Amino acid sequence: MIAFSVNGKHVNLDVDPSTPLLWVIRDHLELTGTKYGCGMAQCGACTVHIDGEAVRSCVAPVSRATGKAVTTIEGLSSDLSHPLQRAWIEEDVPQCGYCQSGQLMSAAVLLREKPQPTDEDIDQAMTGNICRCGTYPRIRRAIHRAAGMVAKAGAR
Amino acid sequence: MKRREFLKFSLAASGGLLIGFYLPGTGKLASAQESANAFVPNAFVRVGTDERVTVIVNHSEMGQGVYTSLPMLLAEELDADWSKVGFESAPVDPKYNHPAFGMQMTGGSSSVWSGLEQFRQAGAAARAMLVAAAAQRWNVDPESCRTESGAVFDTSNRKLTYGQLVAEAAKLTPPEHVQLKDPKTFKLIGKPIKRLDTGVKLNGKAVFGLDVKLPGMLTAVVARPPIFGATMKSFDDAKARSMPGVRKISQVPSGVAVIADTFWQAKVARDALHVEWDEGAMHAFSTTQMMQDFRERAKSPGVSVRKEGDAPSALANAARKIEAVYEVPYLSHLMMEPLNCVVDLRPDSCEVWTGSQFQTIDRANAAKTAGLPNEKVQLHTTFLGGGFGRRANPQSDFVVEAVYVAKAIGAPAKVQVVWTREDDMQGGWYRPAFLHAIEGGIDATGNPVSWRSRSVGQSIMAGTPFEAMMLKGKEYDPASVEGIDDLPYSIPNVAVESHQVAVNVPVQWLRSVGHSHTAFAVECFIDELAALAKKDPYQFRRELLLKQPRYLRVLDLAAQKAGWGKPLPHGIGRGMAVHFAFGSYLAHVAEVSVTDGKIRVHRMVCAIDCGQYVNPGIISAQIEGGAIFGASAALFQELTFEGGRLQQTNFNTFPVMRMNECPEIETYMVESNEKSGGIGEPGVPCAAPAIANALFSVTGKRIRRLPIRLTEAA
Repeated sequence: MIAFSVNGKHVNLDVDPSTPLLWVIRDHLELTGTKYGCGMAQCGACTVHIDGEAVRSCVAPVSRATGKAVTTIEGLSSDLSHPLQRAWIEEDVPQCGYCQSGQLMSAAVLLREKPQPTDEDIDQAMTGNICRCGTYPRIRRAIHRAAGMVAKAGAR
Repeated sequence: MKRREFLKFSLAASGGLLIGFYLPGTGKLASAQESANAFVPNAFVRVGTDERVTVIVNHSEMGQGVYTSLPMLLAEELDADWSKVGFESAPVDPKYNHPAFGMQMTGGSSSVWSGLEQFRQAGAAARAMLVAAAAQRWNVDPESCRTESGAVFDTSNRKLTYGQLVAEAAKLTPPEHVQLKDPKTFKLIGKPIKRLDTGVKLNGKAVFGLDVKLPGMLTAVVARPPIFGATMKSFDDAKARSMPGVRKISQVPSGVAVIADTFWQAKVARDALHVEWDEGAMHAFSTTQMMQDFRERAKSPGVSVRKEGDAPSALANAARKIEAVYEVPYLSHLMMEPLNCVVDLRPDSCEVWTGSQFQTIDRANAAKTAGLPNEKVQLHTTFLGGGFGRRANPQSDFVVEAVYVAKAIGAPAKVQVVWTREDDMQGGWYRPAFLHAIEGGIDATGNPVSWRSRSVGQSIMAGTPFEAMMLKGKEYDPASVEGIDDLPYSIPNVAVESHQVAVNVPVQWLRSVGHSHTAFAVECFIDELAALAKKDPYQFRRELLLKQPRYLRVLDLAAQKAGWGKPLPHGIGRGMAVHFAFGSYLAHVAEVSVTDGKIRVHRMVCAIDCGQYVNPGIISAQIEGGAIFGASAALFQELTFEGGRLQQTNFNTFPVMRMNECPEIETYMVESNEKSGGIGEPGVPCAAPAIANALFSVTGKRIRRLPIRLTEAA
């Protein structure tokens, strides 16, 4: 049995510990917002947080989550209120939308660590996330916009 | 809209006939109860007593925004309250057929222009019935009523909301004719309205094909031949069979299916299979050799596609001449969501869930495979995690295979077939490799006098439902020469020729189809001619496009916005391209540099004339995405075969442009009253030639092969 928490809920699963966390999230927990794109940490569509760190869940064995807190896109906010989700809506970022869960989860860690990221910071944090539709210019703008929202809220 | 096209669903609302609507994602029929609270004047809209206006969209959402642009058209004429407008994916039915192509499908950058009349008419008809219902209640002349934001008003400003009129409107007969709005009064059309499907794409709720979950559903992963045309000799599943979660291992026409409780179990067991293949005729296939064959082929005359004047004589008499051979490789569509399909097979019926671009064909092929009549098969279109043409497969390969897997399990069976990224990339149906050999000559004043091009490559249309329509009487595939056969430049002697080659690699339309390679050849060669004439590439194009006002307008707009001719920082060069595709005109100016052999694209300025437009916000997103799609192909992507085997497997060997490589992209639109053109594809073709021409201005070397390798430049 492997025990950890997902989006604040405790889970206890009887699953092969070598199974990638991605497929446990998708097939056992039926949280399908986390996507499969490559299976080899090349595209970032599967990005989740383990104890606040961005992890490519397609190559992370579920055992790595033991005793830890996993956050998926479904746990970013329950009502699209996260500054990144609001900024993504403002900039009309998604096209097909398939990669956006991973983009948001990577951006969330960036914003926490660097509340006012530069373009270079964005390059560094987001280069592991591929978007085949080509939403990069809008993702960049949305991250800057979200940073602005956070700064404004902090100043209040 | 003609009267017979209206569905007599009005009865339902007055409580008799059972009708249903597919709720996206759930695959369930809405109950008659729900329908009883709605006014359903036609196949495209439902108005609820809760004021919700649901637009039923007959095109697939794959990033291009049809769940917003098509509802905008309907809501505009309905005078709906936009905050109450939602969307639903249409079931498969002839009434949802593409008006131009006669089947339900999404492709050819055609959803908006083909839906313009359809959706506006549907909205106007619904509005007329709601107005008639209100007028009846008030006992006034319908002509005296007006509508605004989801309500009808009379001359004394009495108000009835659409929701309040549902029951009465449902009893009325749809009008024979409706008056469409004067475009000057549009409130939605032409505005950058935010997309309706953004929220569900930010919280994990959007259901893509891969996200469909049915109770008791199994997952299958298939071992397919490593070489096209290879057949299975035998397989040993002793190890795989005993692995956890594995339910069944079965031979299917496409290979060996491993069926398990979960994807990971099926995948690990599939990888543990030992399959012996008879490699077949393609065992020695090599793309290096194939391109060599293409070069040889280009030395002889091809089928004539276009002929004006006498190109060979004019070339012989030209003051100066040049020839160049442009080559492009096979490409994978590489949608972020790999192929997948869910099938729920029962003894007498079947349901399919997938991200389809080809609903009519996919359903028919599923029905044929299941041995059921079409009407016993329901196909639910999910969100598509990218399409780019791959999910419009003429043989419905990924749907048919899933039905075969369900049959192997035996009805009743619920199964999802999932392709790994490697399976998807190796599964064929690529953008064909192409070669364009071009010769051109200029006179003593630098004016071009002769053009002869020979295009060599596989036909996409052969063997597809469009074969008869596209190839009628022609000895060449129009999709092989589109973008070169309509060469817009004033050149007196033109010969465009085509060589169609047969190669046993399945090929298919990929975003911008033939234009994805012809624009590269044409626009690079025009640049080469400009250099031969010692003229500025912009002025050279201008002089040859004086009779082509729409080309000129986008060219001028892009040049002006990019600051063509103005100095650039040291080491950065500009290049341009202009092209017409799918009813729209595009021009790009790219700014690039080379540092330590590494290409950096800094900026891309795009100008588009797509005629009358619906949502400029979505258009600029498509043009940005198209530029990145084209730049990815130009800079990084090729599929190669050696020994019959594909040498690329995943994003590490078939890269896509990433955030740190992405240029700044600016999009400018030409205001135009011309007929609406496409948007999804036209943004792609100019990227490669604009980048290649910019590299010439930096390095002095010509790029004649994609992806660009500076070491090969001439």
